Amino acid sequence: MTGELLEINDLTVEVSGRIVLENVDLRIEKGETHILFGPNGSGKSSLIMTILGFPAYKVISGEIIFKGKNIIDLPINERVNLGISVAFQNPPAIRGVKLGDILNHWIKDESTIDSILERINFPREFLRRDINLGFSGGEMKKSEILQAIVQGGDLLLLDEPDSGVDVENLRLLGEFINEMLKGRAGLIITHQGHILRFIDADIAHVMLKGTIVCSGRPTRILSQIMSEGYGWCMKCPRRKRIRENMI
Amino acid sequence: MSEEKKDKGEYDLTGSFTYVRKAAKWSSCPISNLPEDIISRSSDVGVIPDEDMRAATYFQIDHSVISKTVNEKFRDQVEVMSTREAIKKYDWFKNYWWRLIRRDADKFTHMASSMWDHGYFIRILEDQKVTLPIQSCLFVSTDNLNQNVHNVVIAEAGSEAQVITGCASHINVHRGLHVGVSEFYIKEDAKLMFTMIHGWSQGFDSRPRSAAIIGENGAFISNYLLFTPVRSLQMYPVAYCSGENSKVRFNSILYGSKDSHIDVGSKIVLQNDGTRGEIITRAVATDNSKIYMRGFLEGRCEDCRAHLECRGLLLSDKAIIHAVPELLAKAPGADLSHEAAVGKIAEEEIHYLMARGFSEREAVSLIVRGFMDVRTFDLPAEIEKRMKRIIKVISKRSL
Repeated sequence: MTGELLEINDLTVEVSGRIVLENVDLRIEKGETHILFGPNGSGKSSLIMTILGFPAYKVISGEIIFKGKNIIDLPINERVNLGISVAFQNPPAIRGVKLGDILNHWIKDESTIDSILERINFPREFLRRDINLGFSGGEMKKSEILQAIVQGGDLLLLDEPDSGVDVENLRLLGEFINEMLKGRAGLIITHQGHILRFIDADIAHVMLKGTIVCSGRPTRILSQIMSEGYGWCMKCPRRKRIRENMI
Repeated sequence: MSEEKKDKGEYDLTGSFTYVRKAAKWSSCPISNLPEDIISRSSDVGVIPDEDMRAATYFQIDHSVISKTVNEKFRDQVEVMSTREAIKKYDWFKNYWWRLIRRDADKFTHMASSMWDHGYFIRILEDQKVTLPIQSCLFVSTDNLNQNVHNVVIAEAGSEAQVITGCASHINVHRGLHVGVSEFYIKEDAKLMFTMIHGWSQGFDSRPRSAAIIGENGAFISNYLLFTPVRSLQMYPVAYCSGENSKVRFNSILYGSKDSHIDVGSKIVLQNDGTRGEIITRAVATDNSKIYMRGFLEGRCEDCRAHLECRGLLLSDKAIIHAVPELLAKAPGADLSHEAAVGKIAEEEIHYLMARGFSEREAVSLIVRGFMDVRTFDLPAEIEKRMKRIIKVISKRSL
């Protein structure tokens, strides 16, 4: 048995009849941190939603193996309870449901929650507030990361944890995430790659039009994207090879 | 019932039902001496047997006054008695009798006027801050009984108090009619928080008729909670912000189950400068229940402001929720607003909570429970705990 925690094989997914992921292959081993780059609408968040099993994301073909088990037919909560934690990019606000109610589902020990709150500089009063209702962008990110960490999964799925976060909080969250990733595995979506300054990522992938077209060293891929945009990926000979192999 | 009446949310009570007016007489005693089943039902609507924990207690069963006691520590702060006793005792009481509600407003006020079965008179004396809640219970123990009470609450100038009223029927009561006329007088600089909790039986009809007048700098908070099925309930309490800078807030949580027909509104009339009003209603409809949640804000002066919020959650294909918010501005400076939202639970919210490890049922239950959050009601801890327990049970049952 390999050290693979998550193994996605030839995954094709549609939403309302439109293909959003096509022939995606991805392997994440224990202790690895993967970064996922890609322009808006390329399918990055769709991949996270599909791993979690959101019903709108209909798997046409392929498999998702987590801890050796194909989880494709499992409901969201059973996948999560196997050890997948998530921080969403745009979580919904739910009136009456307090952040504290959700955290207490996982941890009853208030001191553990308090220590995380202190670590990410997140006031305790937020625990009594309706989840995401009236939260600023930065507060929402902290709330999502807090929940993902409290869930304590072996695989952290973080969808743009750095967007809309100011410089000071970016460092705070980045260093915290990096620390939490130790001994776990992670898949982090980032647009600007700001969080890479604080995270020891092992490998980065570029997703274009629902397909992973390129993988490599995170800093190298980021600097290419920054200097040449995703047009560089479109021209990449490796991408061409991948497309040909798919056909 | 005609289709037209159904659409308006009207409920025809004239039908074939007749109610008895005779009930066995109960003698007075401490609440803790009452039969266990009555204590249990009254505790469910917030009235506790431990009278030491309350500043004063009024308890009426059918047409008999069981208890009208004031805690020794609060003897100089509050008085409690039956309104029949009050009308005999005080000449001035007539100035507070049928002043805010007309005897002929409808057939139910007419019933309360012509067939009057006590009710409580609570008076918080001037400048007194009553630190423990005052409680009252209007209990129906006889099947098919008609109970008509008329209550008067006076918060004298500068006073502060919390009144909890629980209205309930015995578990063996299948049907009946409760008519409750309540007049509230909140004088200048006084603050009154009034919480009413209903726990009727499935075949019961209830017609509260309430009105409040608030003096200068006075504040009135009226909370209403309904968690159990009822055959029909209709009420439309009104608060007149008469004094400058007076404030009023109506909070209601309505849980419709079985075949309940619930028609609950709140009306605020802003009559003076600096007046503020707020109506917040949460309704959850399950089974075959029908809930009409109404709200009416009327601004009659230049500097007045009020907001109305109605939110409804529909948990059954056979249930309905009809939100009817109304605003009436009679002065250019009146600032009135409303928001209303009615619908099923958003799937997005359920999936989000499932991604936090909750099963689908747990997620729905958590959302329903959160929707009926009583934490904002500022209830005494033991009542809040009991309400939460009831909400937890019904939110699980509602799935």
